[in-house]
Amino acid sequence: MRANYGYKDGSGEFFITIDTDACPRCAERPCVAACPAGVLEIVEDDYDDQVAAVREADRRRLKYACAPCKPVSDPPPLACVSGCPAGAIVHSW
Amino acid sequence: MAEQEYWRWTEYRHHDESIDPRAGAIVAAGIDVGSVSSQAVVTVDDRLYAFSSMRTGSNSPDSATNALNWALEGTGLTPGDLACVVGTGYGRVNIPFADKAITEIACHARGANFMYGPSVRTLLDMGGQDCKIIHCDEQGKVRAFLMNDKCAAGTGRGMEVFADLLAVPIEQVGALSFEVEEEPDPVSSTCVVFAKSEATGLLRRGWPKSKVLAAYCAAMAHRVVTLIERLGIEKEFAITGGIAKNAGVVKRLQRELGVEPLTTTYDAQIAGALGGALFATALVRKGKGRKA
Amino acid sequence: MVTAGIDMGAKWVKVVLLRDGEVIARGKALTGFEQKASAAKALADALGQAGLSADAIDRTAATGAGRKDAPGSPIELTEVTAAALGAVQIERSARTVIDVGAEEGRAIKTTDAGKVVDFAVNEKCAAGSGAFTEAMARALETPVEEIGPLSLQSSQAIPMNAQCAVFAESEVVSLLHARTPKADIARAVHDAIANRIVSMARKVGINEHVVLIGGVARNVGFVDAVERELGLKITVPPDPEFVSALGAALHAAERRG
Repeated sequence: MRANYGYKDGSGEFFITIDTDACPRCAERPCVAACPAGVLEIVEDDYDDQVAAVREADRRRLKYACAPCKPVSDPPPLACVSGCPAGAIVHSW
Repeated sequence: MAEQEYWRWTEYRHHDESIDPRAGAIVAAGIDVGSVSSQAVVTVDDRLYAFSSMRTGSNSPDSATNALNWALEGTGLTPGDLACVVGTGYGRVNIPFADKAITEIACHARGANFMYGPSVRTLLDMGGQDCKIIHCDEQGKVRAFLMNDKCAAGTGRGMEVFADLLAVPIEQVGALSFEVEEEPDPVSSTCVVFAKSEATGLLRRGWPKSKVLAAYCAAMAHRVVTLIERLGIEKEFAITGGIAKNAGVVKRLQRELGVEPLTTTYDAQIAGALGGALFATALVRKGKGRKA
Repeated sequence: MVTAGIDMGAKWVKVVLLRDGEVIARGKALTGFEQKASAAKALADALGQAGLSADAIDRTAATGAGRKDAPGSPIELTEVTAAALGAVQIERSARTVIDVGAEEGRAIKTTDAGKVVDFAVNEKCAAGSGAFTEAMARALETPVEEIGPLSLQSSQAIPMNAQCAVFAESEVVSLLHARTPKADIARAVHDAIANRIVSMARKVGINEHVVLIGGVARNVGFVDAVERELGLKITVPPDPEFVSALGAALHAAERRG
């Protein structure tokens, strides 16, 4: 499943996409620890797979939670994106 | 005399007299406790038997109990007759008597698959507190979904606020919004708070309520279309949730999208609870029903 | 040389008159629905105070959302340019300028000359602007100018779950029903908006020293919440809502011809 969690700010509308089909094959799930704001967690989805998801409480405030990782100038690689060995986490810019 | 509450929509219940619940093998329920409204659906062997829809109260357990009891009213059934109960919606984790909580994304997809048939591939769920786009397969299983951060723009709650501001009963908003000579430009702000000030300004300039509503419905439709286009639209397309009943938004959305949504004789607002009941029935078949 | 800076804000029009770098008068009027008339009134007010007539103004610059409607065919400049210029003029060491107005919040990284290096803006969303505290003050049935001092009396931090002002309003009402002290709710309101503004400011990087401007900077509860969120002291200039109008007046003075 491709899960898209969105937010808006002054420059547009953005989404974090997690392709959760990759999650059951991933043993370590380093993405959870990789996010400095701790927005990711592993949950059992509705079809009984263990997958990464944005925490329910953070879905309302992604714009604010993700802001520090997205400086206006010279943005470094995103910790969550580099933290997923399967490359299943993508941010639209 | 109390002030008229223009946002207030009619609560309702119904059960199908032609079905004998005692004759069925599996009687199950789904309860969708949303931030604005709560629905309960009772199915008998995968057939829709009874449902209710009412405003969510101050806490989820009571709202769930009230919705379920109302759906069961006059059916001769009691909650003890249910083989399994699935909770969904924003309050799903706070329903003490539910056997399992399943997200509203999965439940709406499952419910829409039942209501609109297996050809549904793109589903727009416009609820009281948020709006989601869901891609599903012919089984009603979710392939992809998209949700935005919770904001009243493009939601039922936003529409309620507007109905109150303009003193137009919410169920008349859709029809009234078409009583315009030509379509005005949409209000420029998606934020409900700012759209309200914008609307107040338009009224002061002498715009009739119908034209202001047209401008707001168009803005709401546009907001939702940008979300749909983000995930892409695969046919067939269907809409669930309370706003599916507001033609002012639906027709403008259809016009902008250029895709006609499927229609159904079922009530689009109960899709989540219905999906929950169908999941509950499947759990019973897997031997994972009501805990002893 | 006399220049005028006009800030056509969503809620207020602010005017600053400058003679050779010194502020000689200020004017302010509610924007309302007749923006042009309000601007004319604010300008006339300032001219009256300075004892000048309109033709004494050599150049005018306008900023703010409604700058197209400003009187006197002014030079136009963006809100961020104006905010940075004005803030650095008042506070030479300012490097991060946070500007919170009625409908928008902005964070600006500036040079010592008041030139914008980076900036971030919130979308037009009530949750990140003065409209949020106004809406919450209404829900609390407390005048908006009292909600700040009230929040300073709070004895406990309670979380606010809703982000959107529309949903936050219902949350405030539920908290009131649950007999939560108003002061604690007021603090939760300010903590929520401060958290949103500061995370936006982190996009441009927090460089000391931080200056907070815009009408919302008058709210002591908000200032306190921003300082706690940042973990550092910030400066609020006197009359923070006039800083961008001052920036515009400076811009008009700098421009030749």
